[in-house]
Formats: sequence, structure tokens, C-alpha cells
Amino acid sequence: MAKYRCTVCGYEYDPAQGDPENGVAPGTPFEKLPANWVCPVCGAEKDQFEKID
Amino acid sequence: MAVELAKGVYWVGVVDWGLRVFHGHELSTHRGSTYNSYLIMDEKIVLVDTVWGPFKDELINNICEIVDPAKIDIVVANHAEVDHSGGLPAVMERVPQATLVVSERGRESIEGHYHKPWNFKTVKTGDKINIGKRDLIFVEAPMLHWPDSMFTYLTGDNILMPNDAFGQHYASSKRFNDEVDMEEVYQEALKYYANILTPFSPLVTRKINEVLALNLPVNMIAPSHGIIWRKDPLQIVRKYQEWAAQKPENSAVILYDTMWDGTHQMAEAIGQGLVAENIPFKMYNMAVSDRNDTVTEIFKTRAIIIGSPTFNQGVLPTIRPIMEDLKGLKFQNKIGAAFGCYGWSGESVGILEDHLKQCKINVVAPGVKAKWQPKENDLVQCRALGQKIAQAIKTGI
Repeated sequence: MAKYRCTVCGYEYDPAQGDPENGVAPGTPFEKLPANWVCPVCGAEKDQFEKID
Repeated sequence: MAVELAKGVYWVGVVDWGLRVFHGHELSTHRGSTYNSYLIMDEKIVLVDTVWGPFKDELINNICEIVDPAKIDIVVANHAEVDHSGGLPAVMERVPQATLVVSERGRESIEGHYHKPWNFKTVKTGDKINIGKRDLIFVEAPMLHWPDSMFTYLTGDNILMPNDAFGQHYASSKRFNDEVDMEEVYQEALKYYANILTPFSPLVTRKINEVLALNLPVNMIAPSHGIIWRKDPLQIVRKYQEWAAQKPENSAVILYDTMWDGTHQMAEAIGQGLVAENIPFKMYNMAVSDRNDTVTEIFKTRAIIIGSPTFNQGVLPTIRPIMEDLKGLKFQNKIGAAFGCYGWSGESVGILEDHLKQCKINVVAPGVKAKWQPKENDLVQCRALGQKIAQAIKTGI
């Protein structure tokens, strides 16, 4: 599963870790994040993220 | 000295005439600055933002002109950066029971700065606090320009207090935009945008659309630095929309440093090529030019042509700071090219080109390298490079 980086603040979403503080279980791929999920650091929306090669 | 914005609403901030560098030594502030703090007298007494720590006594004195600071009920901290929160300890010492209103991320950053158990109340976009005849409405504005950033809107008088957004580092004996030289103010507003907000431009556009959709009447925009927008307050919002679109003018900026003038001669020849094609340019020797003023020019322009001689198999260290800005500020819609002299190994042009590509600046022509001092043929190539860049600007590549 690919990691994604927030282009606004640099936060990396790691699917292995998820975002448990905001109700996202470890193992959740970026594509399966809820539509209203935002960057836990800066609040940017999903479309502000880029895939890390 | 306190200044009344509207009945019962006061500016109690500080003018810092002597400020010449900001963020430590990161940002030049040739015209000084102000730290704007606002006091609202209603059934509840509210202070919106404070000032930089060294000026806390002046803030307290200004509040005392209107009311005993111990009577403040609510303090709003729109942003934790110390130029706005530095006066918080002095204020909270006088009113330890006051409610300190912050965004969720503001709580984290205020606690991270001051380590105090203040009486925090966290708010989200759309939350409202009644203060008597009027309400405070909050709008979170994350990354404009920190995660904690927030706007506070005062109903009744219709004053938007957006903290750093729409601000300028501009010291003045006057407080309002209809009282000052607006050319100076716009130079500083643009410099502020270019140097601080450029990387967040997509968010600027979204946030402005979101705030406009709230349909709140705006009589005044009272930022945390510089003058208050009272005459046609939305003019600066329209300017931000324009700046956020990052549509550059048809011009070029040549950035270089030079050891024994060879790379400088190349820069001049590139300039001749641009002029031959009627494209205006500005040229900066980055060893001696103000980085932040140069960033403003880069922001406005379409093409960035960057040069350095090869030095210790790299570039001159004096060209590095502006390279860091090209990367960090994430400029959009730029084209570029590189040039430089060398004696033996000759890495500089390749390093500069790679850097431009990494910054997503479209390299539209191969760089020009000249061994030792440029010969006429090298300068011919430089003029041709200037012309190629000019043509790319004109054709909109």
C-alpha cells in the first residue's frame, strides 16, 4: 500500500499506521479513507495529497 | 495609544518603527511593522490577539487607557506565533480566569509555546460566542499560515480579524488604509504574500471562497500587521484571489553570483537576449541582494534564469539561500534555465538545472556553460539563451 504526502504541510499518511486518533484503523489504504478525512496536522483535504513513489 | 475602529472597538496594538528583520533574520522588514491587538467593549470584554513579547508593557498601557485589563472576560488567540501571542502571559497574569479562545490546533501550539494551564476554550469553524450586543464568529484557516490559524469575525460592526492574512509589515502613525500611501502598503502586502503565503495559494483560494460563501457583511478587515482595510475592505481579498492564481507577468528575473565577473558577463548577455525580444527583466546578484525583495520579484515574473560558477564541484554557497526559497515556496507557472562559468570540473549548471526541475520549474532551454572567462562565442550563446527564454514566455510554454 502506497504512502501519501500532504503537499501543504509535509505530513505522510502511512496506511500501515492509519490515523487512529481520527478513527482510521491501521491497514486502511489512502484510497479507502473517508471523503471527509483531512490531514491530521494541517487540515488539508485528500486532494492535496500526492503519492510517494 | 488606543485608536477607536468602531464604537467600543479599539486598536490597542503597537507600532514597531525600528524592526528591520523578522522571524529571527529570515525576513527583511524595511518599513517596520505593527502588532495589532483589538479590544472589544461589550457586556463581555474581549481582547483579540496580543503583541510580540518585548512590547507587552505598551499593550497593557493601551488597554489601561480603555479599561482595567483585569476586567477582560475573553481573550482570543487566532495564531500562536510569538509576534501575536507574546503578550499573552502578561495579559493572562492579570486575568487568570479569562477564557482563552483558540482553534484545536491553536491550543496545542499555545501550550507548546507557554506551558501554562490557561482556561482554554477550543472553537471550530462556525462556532459563535455571544458577548452582549454582538457575537464573535470563528473561521478556522489552517495553514494560512500555520495549522492553528483562525479568523475572528465581530457581528454588528462587521469586522473581520483574520490575523496574519491580508497583513503587511508596515509601520505607520495612521491605522487605516484611507490615511496612508497605498502604493507602499501594496508593496508590503505583496511581499508578505510572496514570502509567506505563496506555498499555500491553493488553500488561499479555497478559504476565500468559503468565507465569501458565508455572506457576512464586511465593513472592515483588521489584520494583525499593518494598516486596517476600511475603505473598500474587500479590495485586498480580490488581490489575494489574483495573487493566489499565480498568473505571472511576461518578464524574467536573472539570479546569479559571480567570483571574477565571468558569470556576471553571461548574465548581462542573457539580459541582452531578452531585451532583443522585448521581454523586460530584472537582475540580482544574490550575494548582495535582499533575498525577500528578490522573492517578491520572482513571484511576479514568468522566467527564472539562475547562474553560478562552479565552486568546489558545486555552486557558490551565496546562491543557495534563494535556491531554498525556490523549493520551499512552491511557485507555480514558472519556466527557467541555468548558466555559469567553470574552470575544470563544471558541475554548477547541471546542479542548478536539476534544482529547477525539482522545484517544478519548467526548464525550457539547455543551460550555457563557459570555461574560464566567457569568450565572444559563449556570450553569443548566452544572448541566444535569453532569446529562447523570451520566445518561450511569448508563446506561453
